[in-house]
Amino acid sequence: MAEQKSSAVVGRSLLARLPSLTVLGPFIALVLASIYFAAQTDRFFTGQNFSLIVQQVMVAGVLGIGQTLVILTAGIDLSCGLVMALGTMVMTKLAVESGLPPLLAIGLGLVVTTGFGFLNGLLITRIKLPPFIVTLGTLNIALALTQIYSGAQTVSGLPNALLFFGNTFKVGSTVVTYGTILMLLLYVLAWFFLSETAPGRHLYAVGNNPEAARLTGIPTQRVLLIVYTLAGFIYGIAGLLLVARTGVGDPNAGQTDNLETITAVVLGGTSLFGGRGMIFGTLLGALIIGVFRNGLTLTGVPSVYQILITGILVILAVTTDQLSKKRA
Amino acid sequence: MEPNLPPQSNPPLSNLPMPSPETTPVKLVLEAKGLVKRYGQVTALDGADFQLRDGEILAVIGDNGAGKSTLIKALSGAIIPDEGEIYLDGQQVHFRSPIDARHKGIETVYQDLAVAPAMTIAENLFLGREILRPGIFGRFFRLIDKKKMLEDAIAYMQDLKIGIRSMKQAVETLSGGQRQGVAVARSAAFARHVVIMDEPTAALGVKESNMVLELIRRVRESGLPVIIISHNMPHVFDIADRIHIQRLGRRAAVVNPKHISMSDTVAVMTGAKKAEELPPEALAH
Repeated sequence: MAEQKSSAVVGRSLLARLPSLTVLGPFIALVLASIYFAAQTDRFFTGQNFSLIVQQVMVAGVLGIGQTLVILTAGIDLSCGLVMALGTMVMTKLAVESGLPPLLAIGLGLVVTTGFGFLNGLLITRIKLPPFIVTLGTLNIALALTQIYSGAQTVSGLPNALLFFGNTFKVGSTVVTYGTILMLLLYVLAWFFLSETAPGRHLYAVGNNPEAARLTGIPTQRVLLIVYTLAGFIYGIAGLLLVARTGVGDPNAGQTDNLETITAVVLGGTSLFGGRGMIFGTLLGALIIGVFRNGLTLTGVPSVYQILITGILVILAVTTDQLSKKRA
Repeated sequence: MEPNLPPQSNPPLSNLPMPSPETTPVKLVLEAKGLVKRYGQVTALDGADFQLRDGEILAVIGDNGAGKSTLIKALSGAIIPDEGEIYLDGQQVHFRSPIDARHKGIETVYQDLAVAPAMTIAENLFLGREILRPGIFGRFFRLIDKKKMLEDAIAYMQDLKIGIRSMKQAVETLSGGQRQGVAVARSAAFARHVVIMDEPTAALGVKESNMVLELIRRVRESGLPVIIISHNMPHVFDIADRIHIQRLGRRAAVVNPKHISMSDTVAVMTGAKKAEELPPEALAH
């Protein structure tokens, strides 16, 4: 009995509270940043501006869902943005230049991104290559294929079906796009999958202690393969949102999205070491980046400083992650 | 997937007569004959025999390189022996993996416990065999029944008298002994035949060790025979009904801790004494 009491006391020590800090931290950061920018400029705290921020965050936010799933397994996906870009070129070129029915073009785009995810998963689980190297390789393959396939030309004049998620409706005076609704829906789905289903819990277990997961009979390699494949599919949906928002197929899209999504995931309190984190944290992380970018633009800060601040934010978030790991 | 098996409610063993080797034939739960395992030039197991009786705690001891961990790995499915046979309840078995052995009712508590530290106690107890919701939600959507898992977790931990207040706390917040308790409870809850424990008291303090030894006795009382591998002689003598001494890849002797001194046991283990030189009552079979 005595040692139980003493362990309870240890359990309440300051360091042990860090996980709750990683949960609350991003939320506090978001609120503080919003308050700061609201004090700086009148144009920040308006429904219209928030709608804009959410729209700017939409694509990275959806990519971040896939990235979160991957990082929860202690992996990383550097290829996300360029796989998405390849998907958008397939969708737009097939629909506009090859004259395929738009829905078929979208479907084939999703097949391509899902295929890339599957390829990542296959190389990681079958040949046991580190995710960092595999996705660095597929990043370049996807980049090259995008350029070759598109001839580095932007595709415009898209059919309506490809632009659907850019359409808007009004809530009061605030404009909401269907893409935002889709993003939120995907977050709710991902949360439900992760917290309420057996495969979702296995994903955490694989990231937390792969050997323990294997010994309890969880098919760890199959879990990883499914996660990377599912992430590829999600990147395809992000591509669809990108096309809808910009109205074109842009062969140069997605080139900084890998770092941006990783930043969002880490800012959201998910551990790069795997097995810890929440999907909604990533949404908060993406919003933090969006708010900073938007706020700094509105207050007239040059964009190099935005990059500087993003860099500092990542280091801060990873440091918190590292400190809370030491405690465990 | 296998169905989520409820914990086996074996009759309490205390009601049964203790097996006495002279008079009644004892029931062997797990038996191995002539196990051989070679790693290149090294012969880790050189015709090792092994017998685990119903309702006992059997300690397996041996010097480094005696082949005790190879023996245990063969029995728990972690390695496949080159030669020899393994029998579970008299039936020959061929384990291809630890999961294979687990499906046959042999649970292993690994030295590093094989828990997911960031996950809750309840989740760790059911890791890899979550209780699913009834009906289509469970079977098709694989939704887990968190409430039932929590209730069952509390019941298991109470059965083994492990005093932990909340099953919702992460395993990493527990002390070493409590973590061991979680790993043991998981094995005891799902084992139908045998629980194997690898160095269960290593890295634990005196109090926590005693708590874990008490826990192992309760597992035996619940009707499951237990194999423990340990370097700690006082703990072995404290808890074991019989001691299997492994030496040079073979079983050197099985001794009765009530009738042999610790120094004689170590002498057999190191080869300073032959099993034949021991007094007859020291041998357990």
